[in-house]
Amino acid sequence: MIVEAGHYALALALAISLLQTIVPFWGARRNDATLMRVADSAALGQLLFVGFAFFALAYAHMTSDFSVLNVAENSHSAMPLIYKFSGLWGNHEGSMLLWSFILALFGGLVAVTGGGLPRKLRADALAVQGLIGAAFLGFILATSDPFLRLNPAPFEGQDLNPILQDPGLAIHPPLLYIGYVGFSIVFSFAAAALIEGRIDAAWARFVRPYTLVAWGFLTLGIAMGSYWAYYTLGWGGFWFWDPVENASLMPWLAGTAFLHSVAVMEKREGLKVWTIFLAILAFSFSLLGTFLVRSGVLTSVHAFASDPTRGVVILAILAGFVAGSLALFAWRAPLLKQGGMFAPISREGALVVNNLFLTTACATVLVGTLYPLALEQVTGAKITVGAPFFNASAGVLLLSVTFLTPFGFSLAWKRGDLLGVAQRLSVALIGGVVVLAFLLATLHGGPVLAPIAASLGVFVMLGSIAEVVSRAFRGGAGVSSALYRALRWPLSFWGGALAHFGVGVTLLGLAATGFGAETIVAMRPGQPVEVGPYRVVYEQLLNRAGPNYQETAARMKISRDGAEVTTLEPARRNFGARRMATSQAGIATLNFGQVYISISDPAEDGSLPARLYWKPLVTLIWLGALAMAFGGALSLADRRLRVGAPVRARSGAKAAAA
Amino acid sequence: MRPLRLALLALVIAAPALAVQPSEMLKDPAQEARARELSAQLRCLVCQNESIDDSDADLAKDIRLLIRERITKGESNAEVRDFLVSRYGDFILLKPPFKLSTALLWFSAPLTFLLGGLAIWFASRRRPAPTAALSEKEERLLLMLQEAGAVVPPTSPPPASRRRSPSSRR
Repeated sequence: MIVEAGHYALALALAISLLQTIVPFWGARRNDATLMRVADSAALGQLLFVGFAFFALAYAHMTSDFSVLNVAENSHSAMPLIYKFSGLWGNHEGSMLLWSFILALFGGLVAVTGGGLPRKLRADALAVQGLIGAAFLGFILATSDPFLRLNPAPFEGQDLNPILQDPGLAIHPPLLYIGYVGFSIVFSFAAAALIEGRIDAAWARFVRPYTLVAWGFLTLGIAMGSYWAYYTLGWGGFWFWDPVENASLMPWLAGTAFLHSVAVMEKREGLKVWTIFLAILAFSFSLLGTFLVRSGVLTSVHAFASDPTRGVVILAILAGFVAGSLALFAWRAPLLKQGGMFAPISREGALVVNNLFLTTACATVLVGTLYPLALEQVTGAKITVGAPFFNASAGVLLLSVTFLTPFGFSLAWKRGDLLGVAQRLSVALIGGVVVLAFLLATLHGGPVLAPIAASLGVFVMLGSIAEVVSRAFRGGAGVSSALYRALRWPLSFWGGALAHFGVGVTLLGLAATGFGAETIVAMRPGQPVEVGPYRVVYEQLLNRAGPNYQETAARMKISRDGAEVTTLEPARRNFGARRMATSQAGIATLNFGQVYISISDPAEDGSLPARLYWKPLVTLIWLGALAMAFGGALSLADRRLRVGAPVRARSGAKAAAA
Repeated sequence: MRPLRLALLALVIAAPALAVQPSEMLKDPAQEARARELSAQLRCLVCQNESIDDSDADLAKDIRLLIRERITKGESNAEVRDFLVSRYGDFILLKPPFKLSTALLWFSAPLTFLLGGLAIWFASRRRPAPTAALSEKEERLLLMLQEAGAVVPPTSPPPASRRRSPSSRR
C-alpha cells in the first residue's frame, strides 16, 4: 500500500513541479507577488512528495518487500539493515529517485533560506529548478519506475551486488549526488539572472553559500569514492581516469573555477558573463555525467542501465537544458554590464589565471573522455584514452595551477605587489626546495614527477601557513596582538587558507605514491615477508561465516624492527546468492601511511598468493580533500555570506574591523 | 557514481582471478620488471581504463602470460607491444599513439590554453583606459571610507596593510 502511495506521490510531485515552473515565472513577468510566492510553497510541496516517495521505497527495501521488482532484484533478506537501506540507490531506478530527492531538497532549501533574496530572482530561480525537477520526475515515471510490482512475489531477493555491500555505498552516492545536483541551484540562479538581464555583486553573494555546499559535498563524494575504490579493488588504485570518474571530476573543476570567479564578481563586479557561463557549465557537466553513467554509451559491454530508451531520454534532457541555457546565455549575456578592468598583478588577475588553468583542465578531461566515442562514430577506429594521456595533459595543468595557488592567495585585490608576495612566501619556497633536494639526494630511480610534486605539495601547505602568519604579524605586531587580529578575521579567509592547505596535503599524498613498496609473493605460514620497512608473517587461515557470505581470512602479524605493530586479516568473501567473490583488503594506518594486504584463494600446496604494499602518506590524499571540504564549510559559516542576513552581517564585519 | 563502475567490474571478477599473481611472475627479476612495465601501459580490454597489470579479469591474465612468454623468448618491449597492437589494435594502448586521427586529442590542452590566454589578452586590451584614471580616485575614496570605518574590505582583514600599500606606491 505504502509503495503505491509512493508512486502516487511521485506523480503528484511531477504535477507540483510543473506548477512551480509555470506560475512563478508568469508571476515574475507580470510582477505579481502572489503568483511569485507560489514558488516557495511549490518547492516545499515537491520536496514533501518526492521525499515521501523516497521513504516509501526505502521502507520497501528495509522491510524486504520482494513483491516490488526493485527490491527483489537488488536486495536479500539476510543482508544487514544498512545495506538494505543503501541498496535503494545501488541500482538505476533508485539512484534516479535519490537524484530527484536531492534536487527537491535544494529547491526546498532556497524556499526556506531565500528570505533575503530579491523576490523576482527567487521566483525565476525556483521556476527553473522546478523545470529540472519536472524533467527528471517525468523521466522516472516514464522509463524508470522504482515502484513496479511483481506477481507472484518471489520468496527471496536476488541479493545486492556484493561489491556494493559496503559502507561506501551508504556514504558515497549521497555525498556525490548532493554535490552533483547542488550545482542545479547555481544553474537556476544563473538562468534567473539571464532572464532578468541583470546581475551584480549581490547575486554573487546569494549563490555563494549554495555553491559552497555543492562544492564541499562534491569534494567529499569524489574523495570517498576514491577511497572506496582504493580499499576494494585489491591493489590500492584510487583514480583511473575512467569516464565515470571523469564525469564527477568535470563538474568539480568547473565548480572550483566558478567558486573563484564568483569571488571576483563579489569583490570587483568583474567576470560577470564568464561567471554565468561557468555556472551553466558546472551543472551541464553534472547532467553530462548522469547521461554518461546512466545511458551506458561509454561501456557497451558492461552497461549498468542498458535500456536504450533511457539513454535517449536523458540525452534529450541533457540537450534540452544545455542548449536552452546556452541559447539564453547567447541572447541575454550581452545585456549584462561589465565591471571595471583590473591589473594583471592582483588577486583578481590571479583568479583569472586560476580560471584559465582549471577550465583548460576541464576541457581536456572532456575531450579525453569523449574522444574515443567521437572517433569511433566518425572513423570506426577504436582507441583508448587512459591515465598516461590525462596525467600528461590535465595532470600537468593542475600541477601548474597548484604551484601558482600560494601566489594568488597572497596577492592583494586591485593592485598586488609580486615582490612583496615572493618575500612573504620565501620561507615556503625554501621549504619546498629543501624537500626537493632531500628527496633527490635520498631517492634513486623511481618516477621523476614524484619528488617535484611532493615538494610542490609542501610549498603549497607552507604557503598557506605563511600567508596566515605574515598577515597576523604584519606591521611588526607582537604575538598577542597578532593572535587577537587573527581571531577577528572573517571565517571565509580561514576557509580559503584551509582549503588551499588541503590542496597541498592531497598533492603530497599523491606524490608519495611514487615512494611506496610492493611485494607480490606466495606466502607460507610462519615465513616472514618484507614490505617497505615492515615485516609481515602469515600465521593461519580462518574460515568464518558472515550474514550472507562465507569468508576465508588470513591472519597476518605486522612488525617493524622486531616490535609487533598490529595484526591484519585480509579475506576473500563468497556470496552464495550471486555466486560471486570479493576481496577484503587488510589495511593498517601507520603515521598517515598504510600497510595494505590483499589475498587470493589459497593454492593447493598450502601457499597463499598475496599482494603486500607499503603506501607512505597515502591517507593524505583523502585528508587533504577533507581539509578542502572543511575549508568550504568554514567559508559557509561566515556570517557575511549568509543569505538573508545582509544587515546583521555588515554590522558584524564592522565589529571585526574595530 | 563509482558503485556502477564497481558493479561493472564485478561482472568481470565473477571468476576469481586477481591482478598479477606470484605464480605468473618470471624468475628473472629484470624480465619480470619489463613485463610489469609493459602491462602497466596496456589496457584490460574488458574493463574501464584499467591496466592489465591491475585488472582481475581473465582476459587480462591471459595477456599478462602472453607478454611474459614473449619476453622469455627474447623479444624486446617494442616487439611485444607491436604484436599486441597488431592483434588488438590501438585500443589496447592506454596512451593513444600520436596520429593524424588523434592530433586533435593531443593538441586539445595546449590549444584550449592558448585560445583562452588570447581571449583574456584581447578582453583586457579592449577595455577603455579611463577606468585606470578613475581607479586612483576610487582608491582614495575607498581609503577615506575605510578610515571612517564605513567600508570594510571583505577578505583582507588587517586595515593597517590596506593603508600602507597605496601610500608605499606614491
